[in-house]
Amino acid sequence: MENLNRRTLVIGLIVLTIGIIFVIKLFILQVYDPSYKYSAESNTRREIISFPARGLVYDRNGKLIVSNQADYDLMVVPRELKPMDSVTFCNSLEISIEELRSLFDDMNGRLRNKKISRIKPSIFYKQLSAKQYGYLQEKLYKFDGFFVQRRTLRKYEYPYAAHILGYIGEVGPQDIERDDYYIRGDYNGINGVESTYEKFLRGEKGFKYVLVDVHGRQKGSFRDGEYDIPAVAGKDIKLTIDIDLQKYGEELMQNKIGSIVAIDPQSGEILTMISSPTYDPSLMVGKKRAGNFSVLSTDSLKPLFNRPIMAWYPPGSTFKTINALIGLQEGVLTPDTKYECYMGYSVGRFHLGCHSHSSPLNLRNSISHSCNAYYCHVFRNIIDNKKYATVQEGFDAWKNYLVKFGFGHRLGTDFSNEIRGFVPNSATYDKIYNKSWSSLTVVSLAIGQGELLTTPVQMANMASTLANKGYYYTPHIIKDIEHDTIPSRFKEIHETGIDTAYYRPVRDGMEMAVWGGPGSTATAARVPGITICGKTGTAQNPHGEDHSVFIAFAPKDDPKIAIAVYVENGGFGARWAAPISSLMVEKYLKGEIDPSRSWLETRMMEGNLIYGTK
Amino acid sequence: MVQNKYSKKVDWLTVSIYLIMVIFGWFNIYAANYNPENPIFFDPEKEYAKQLIWIGLSALIIWVLLMTDSKFYVAFSYFLYGLSVFLLFSVIFFGKEINGAKSWFELGPVRFQPVELAKIATALVMSRIMSRHDFSFKKPAKVAKIIGLWALPVLCIFLQNDTGSALVFFVFILPFYREGLTSSILVFGIMAAIVAVLTLVYPNTLIIWLVVVGAFLFLFMKTDKKVTGIGAAVLLGGFTLALTIYSILGQTLRWEIFTVIGMVGVSIYLLVKGFVKNLKPVIPALIFMWSLVAVTFTVDYFVDDMLSDYQRNRVYVLLGFKDDPLGAGYNVNQSKIAIGSGGLTGKGYLEGTQTKFDFVPEQSTDFIFCTVGEEWGYLGTFGVVFLYVFLIFRLIYLAEKQHSPFSRIYGYCVAAIFFYHFTINIGMTIGLAPVIGIPLPFFSYGGSSLWGFTTLLFIFLKLDTDRNELIR
Ligand SMILES: [Zn+2]
Repeated sequence: MENLNRRTLVIGLIVLTIGIIFVIKLFILQVYDPSYKYSAESNTRREIISFPARGLVYDRNGKLIVSNQADYDLMVVPRELKPMDSVTFCNSLEISIEELRSLFDDMNGRLRNKKISRIKPSIFYKQLSAKQYGYLQEKLYKFDGFFVQRRTLRKYEYPYAAHILGYIGEVGPQDIERDDYYIRGDYNGINGVESTYEKFLRGEKGFKYVLVDVHGRQKGSFRDGEYDIPAVAGKDIKLTIDIDLQKYGEELMQNKIGSIVAIDPQSGEILTMISSPTYDPSLMVGKKRAGNFSVLSTDSLKPLFNRPIMAWYPPGSTFKTINALIGLQEGVLTPDTKYECYMGYSVGRFHLGCHSHSSPLNLRNSISHSCNAYYCHVFRNIIDNKKYATVQEGFDAWKNYLVKFGFGHRLGTDFSNEIRGFVPNSATYDKIYNKSWSSLTVVSLAIGQGELLTTPVQMANMASTLANKGYYYTPHIIKDIEHDTIPSRFKEIHETGIDTAYYRPVRDGMEMAVWGGPGSTATAARVPGITICGKTGTAQNPHGEDHSVFIAFAPKDDPKIAIAVYVENGGFGARWAAPISSLMVEKYLKGEIDPSRSWLETRMMEGNLIYGTK
Repeated sequence: MVQNKYSKKVDWLTVSIYLIMVIFGWFNIYAANYNPENPIFFDPEKEYAKQLIWIGLSALIIWVLLMTDSKFYVAFSYFLYGLSVFLLFSVIFFGKEINGAKSWFELGPVRFQPVELAKIATALVMSRIMSRHDFSFKKPAKVAKIIGLWALPVLCIFLQNDTGSALVFFVFILPFYREGLTSSILVFGIMAAIVAVLTLVYPNTLIIWLVVVGAFLFLFMKTDKKVTGIGAAVLLGGFTLALTIYSILGQTLRWEIFTVIGMVGVSIYLLVKGFVKNLKPVIPALIFMWSLVAVTFTVDYFVDDMLSDYQRNRVYVLLGFKDDPLGAGYNVNQSKIAIGSGGLTGKGYLEGTQTKFDFVPEQSTDFIFCTVGEEWGYLGTFGVVFLYVFLIFRLIYLAEKQHSPFSRIYGYCVAAIFFYHFTINIGMTIGLAPVIGIPLPFFSYGGSSLWGFTTLLFIFLKLDTDRNELIR
């Protein structure tokens, strides 16, 4: 028994020995030896976001338009901050002590409001210049809690197409609220295709875990990158625009206010979309964006304004084509119907003037000569058709055709800021004239003036519909998305409800406008060897010189391009818009301008409608 | 009513320690799963939520165990043992391999490690055999029976490649010792463990010489100076002779062999001298010496030829051969940093930084002690060590109070198993023991281990309620 107790004691001692060894070792580890504490501080895992390369943008011919460039942000992990040499810090960043102080105040404010985390990196100073980055990289080890994070910024290969492309900018609080993908300091697309196709272009962020030492220097990947998630690059997109045509158009439009929209009628693809004056998209990259933006946004010529989809004008005489089609469809007009015109259209005391031309004219000639009187007759016959009980009913029937042509509502292009234009209905006039109005009251609509407002893209779409003899595809700018499909709405056909046969005389008239004999209004648009069909217009401008308008498509039998050109304060359509259209069509279909027309090209390019030399 | 009868007899002190450990363990599992970057108060997907279920089920197990008649554990010990060996054997073929060891059964969402049952069953069977009145360590047949029954599960577990669990069974040496196993085996066991570790650190020759010097000191104390002196002369003579021959023949010098040759010489001399002079201490000294030399070579062979590069690396790093904090030593290094960073009072609950984000591997299972160390500091780790030592002492104390030997031996087995887990698990987290993936009882996350340890403990507490009766 004595022996057994001794054995119990031995076992107890063994247990106790181990216990004491542990207690001593733990004491050394936790209390006596401070080195492990330092190790723990140095042993910090940092989550670094790897930003994906944003998808590239190509034009319809595969030319690279938008690519990426590297950019660096100075990041801070507030918990890791230590007292530091702020003079060196300021010198490296080339900022003043005051600026640094305000940067810290900002950070502390955001910390208090729980906008940023104490343990996660957030942006301290955005978009370091190459020089700042170089300086800082060397000194960074002195500044605990700071590190540099790489992002990508856009790089524009051409100084054109700014309005189409849009730009990228920092996300706002609403963006972060709406989509968890974003955190403060991220970029997303603003305007243009950058915004519309943001979800495809942005890719997916990745995460990289690195071990960092006391000074924030990266010591290597955490657990051999086992937990890293690689970034997924954004999808590349191909646009329908022809960047060379875009460039040419922008050159033609320099020193002019206005827009050009050209569409491939067979697919609805927008070949070019120009808003003038424009700006170099590179101005909207990086740190200089804020400054340039405020300069551009206060410019009285509104270079940021995307005219093709946001400006509205009366369509002018180009609209006679539509009224002719409606008249034919409604049975109030035949190709052989003739009306007389003696310098205008007069009823009682009412008179709407016209220019001098031979009289009477048939339908084809009424288009080529752009007779105002003819369309007053046509328009009034449509509205006052006996099959409609009231003028309101007649008017709304007319209006419904316009809607089918894409007027008065958003066409549904890729651009979310596209406006709808304006098409009045009977209620509009009931309100204005207290229900007592007649077709004569609104007869200026016959020649595309009055309460009717359309956007250049709607006008180009009208040209496209004329080219197609009665249908159109929604104009769009996206051609391909890498590993994805473009929205299905761009593949749908929209019918106008007007018999294909009726397009024939109208198209003939448009051909004659360009190619006809004396009295034809659009001979300025002749391109040797191309059966271009067009219609001039003059949009009345109460504030000054009228706007020069032209719509066209070519070649007549197999249209490849439909175009609408607006030149503000350009006067008659034949003066600026028609020659510019013809140059665009020629450039697109032939690749170059016939030498016999180079004088015209020079005159158009050098024409300055902004600073007075007309 | 029944509850009442038992509740009076159950050792509430042990139950309290158990409860403290399980609850404190749960809080640490919660902390190990807590993500300060995304703090969610309670996520039912996380380990702490599941552990809550395992704890709840443990209460059921406890209830069943306490309701069972004590005699059942004696009567069914062989059956349980047979079942567990059967399961250990089948898991080699049908088990799921996790971390290189094929030791888990997986039935849908439930995972079960038969070794948990084997520990309990082996403890019961050992207790049953040794509690028979005719048992003695002097009877070779009985000893053979014990060794056989002991070796069977150990073999199966080695075959599963689950070295860590197999080693648990070596801890039965403590109850054996208590029940009369000669102390030299215990001493030898401890010495062998020390020699094995030293072998990895120092060259074989040095270890052998240390062993030899130890043997000579023993001889010196137990016999006379003359025998020791001549023995030493023979040893050095054999050594020098072998060295000379090798040098003359121009062979590469192999110090180990020279030493062994010297040892052979001295062994022959001592055997003859001992036989002639009837010196009793000679035999144990020689057995000791040669066994330890055998251990040295076995360990050396084992590490060099049997272990995978990965395992060898771990062993080397553990022993400080290699300083490779991001490689093989990563786990231990991270674990030491985590515990060390806790300081005296810890960083505070849920404030740990090292036991989050998987800096420390297996942070809620095998390395849960790191969370204790980091967040509760030295006060926490001291407390846990104290609790374990206290629990083991309490179990030994209770075991000694048992009227029936079966209960006593079983109590020792339970204490020994806890002791092993406590030693290896905490030892590995602070760099004193090799990284063997075994859980810290009642702390580590996992149903299988929690239920295993709970069953182990509460069978004893049940037996303890009948401490004044003779259970057989
Ligand atoms: Zn006229």
